[in-house]
Amino acid sequence: MKKNKLTNIKPARVLLHIVLAAFAVVQIYPLIFLVFFSLKDNNEIYSGNVMGIPDQFQWGNYENALFNANVGHYLLNSIFVTAVVIIISDILACMVSYAIARMRVKANRFVKLFFSIGLMIPLHAVLLPVFIMLRNLKMLDTYQAIIVPYIAFALPMAIFFMIGFFQALPLELEESAFLDGCGIFRTFAVIIVPLVKPALATISIFTFLSTWNEMMFAITFINSEKYRTLTVGIMQMVGQYTTDWGTMGAGLVVATLPTVIIYLLFSKQVQSGMVAGAVKG
Amino acid sequence: MQKMLGNKKAYWIFVIPALVIYLVMAFIPIAMSGYYSTMQWDGIGEKIFIGIDNYLELVKDEAFLLSARNSLILAVASIVGQLIPALFFALVLARNIKGERAYRTIYFIPVLLSTVVIGQLFLKIYNPDYGALNAVLTKLGLEGKDWLGDKRYVLASSFFPIVWQYIGYHMLILYTGIKSVPSDIYEAAQIDGANERQIAWHVTIPLIKSTMKVSLTFAVIGSLKLFDLIWVLTKGGPLHASEVPSTLMYTSIFTRMEYGRGSAMAIFIVLECLLFYFLIEKFFKVENTTY
Repeated sequence: MKKNKLTNIKPARVLLHIVLAAFAVVQIYPLIFLVFFSLKDNNEIYSGNVMGIPDQFQWGNYENALFNANVGHYLLNSIFVTAVVIIISDILACMVSYAIARMRVKANRFVKLFFSIGLMIPLHAVLLPVFIMLRNLKMLDTYQAIIVPYIAFALPMAIFFMIGFFQALPLELEESAFLDGCGIFRTFAVIIVPLVKPALATISIFTFLSTWNEMMFAITFINSEKYRTLTVGIMQMVGQYTTDWGTMGAGLVVATLPTVIIYLLFSKQVQSGMVAGAVKG
Repeated sequence: MQKMLGNKKAYWIFVIPALVIYLVMAFIPIAMSGYYSTMQWDGIGEKIFIGIDNYLELVKDEAFLLSARNSLILAVASIVGQLIPALFFALVLARNIKGERAYRTIYFIPVLLSTVVIGQLFLKIYNPDYGALNAVLTKLGLEGKDWLGDKRYVLASSFFPIVWQYIGYHMLILYTGIKSVPSDIYEAAQIDGANERQIAWHVTIPLIKSTMKVSLTFAVIGSLKLFDLIWVLTKGGPLHASEVPSTLMYTSIFTRMEYGRGSAMAIFIVLECLLFYFLIEKFFKVENTTY
């Protein structure tokens, strides 16, 4: 009887691993396909080798994408925009969530409610009004045209994530700081903020991903070559490079690489950050 | 102590910068959207107040109704195509199976990719002449199709990448939920003689209902808001066959310069999301589980 059971379990285990591995292939193959065709020339693709390993690695595609198609420039823009958004939204979110979590002021309830309603506002609902606002301020097609809205929409999630962390800190920290004659701003900056660094790392990753990948605002508010981020740049590349698979593919790989590198370095933080984002949002 | 933490001036110095940015970028615009939606306006000329006519016209607009229907189809497809596999994989991986970490890492990769990249990638996969999908079909002796140009296939073809991309996200959300159940509950069930399938069905799933609700809300609301991928793949075409409300909103505003009508669609999307949010809250009432 017992033996029977054992022989029954084994094939099931094997089958399970086959299913898991097959799904892994389904999840990762499109990316491999991308890397492959970024290294091919059109002759190879049109003569039938779409799926397989390139015959000859065409590194020239990358040179072409980075310099002729300007993907290198878009990459720098994306890095700049994302860095500014992360730094400013982290600072602002830290300040607000500390105030909400710790300070006792009557208006606190409303401030908290204000940002929790914010969690529900989709970008679509503000697209046109923000567009008109930027147009009236002659701010369309500038870095700040996307930086400011990105900061705004990074805030609610970041704030709600941080509040929990501030609440978990013992009040004695501030007590002793105040007794030593430390003011509230210094206490906040010197004693409290260093303690919530892990939480800041998590929300920074979340903000990084949503900013880096954002498309609707970017394609609407940015047009000229100079300010294009990767998402806009690649959308604009399509017309010119539709038939040049290799260069297009190389551009897509360049756009993806920073995200994948960050993920492989910090996979644990990325995973927990993204889950936290969903659960709070 | 009280004096410090009750300091009103300090409080507002902490709060005001974020408050102002958020007010100007989110709350005021949403009110403006509501205001524009009652106007007939091409963005340049005079605004004419027409009350709720924009909304009444939406109900009669076939393209809009089709787009709303499509987004509901996507919501159902996401629930079936994302949540069921995600739950399966989460249950399996949470049992500390060999290679669990590697699987988890790989399954999550598509979630991180930009929709622009995924869209461009699938344009190459679906390409009728040289695409990977047709190459495989031809090798198998089947006929290739025009996946995005044919009205019959475009909906399925453009929804597939979305469903595919986020399975790993839901898997991870559910996995985290399962891992937060204390292990002595499982041990107790094992001692009582339950097998793994019984434990999954009778112990784990009931205990992670609140996490499942998060996933469900996320899948449904995400479907109703979808814009990026359809925009990259088809822009809603051919002949509105793959239209969703947000792509139609975008073309109404920026191609046809129908600012009023487009704003009505924007408000519709917001209200629809809120409606489904509250419906899910109401029908899947789960008490917060305490262990």
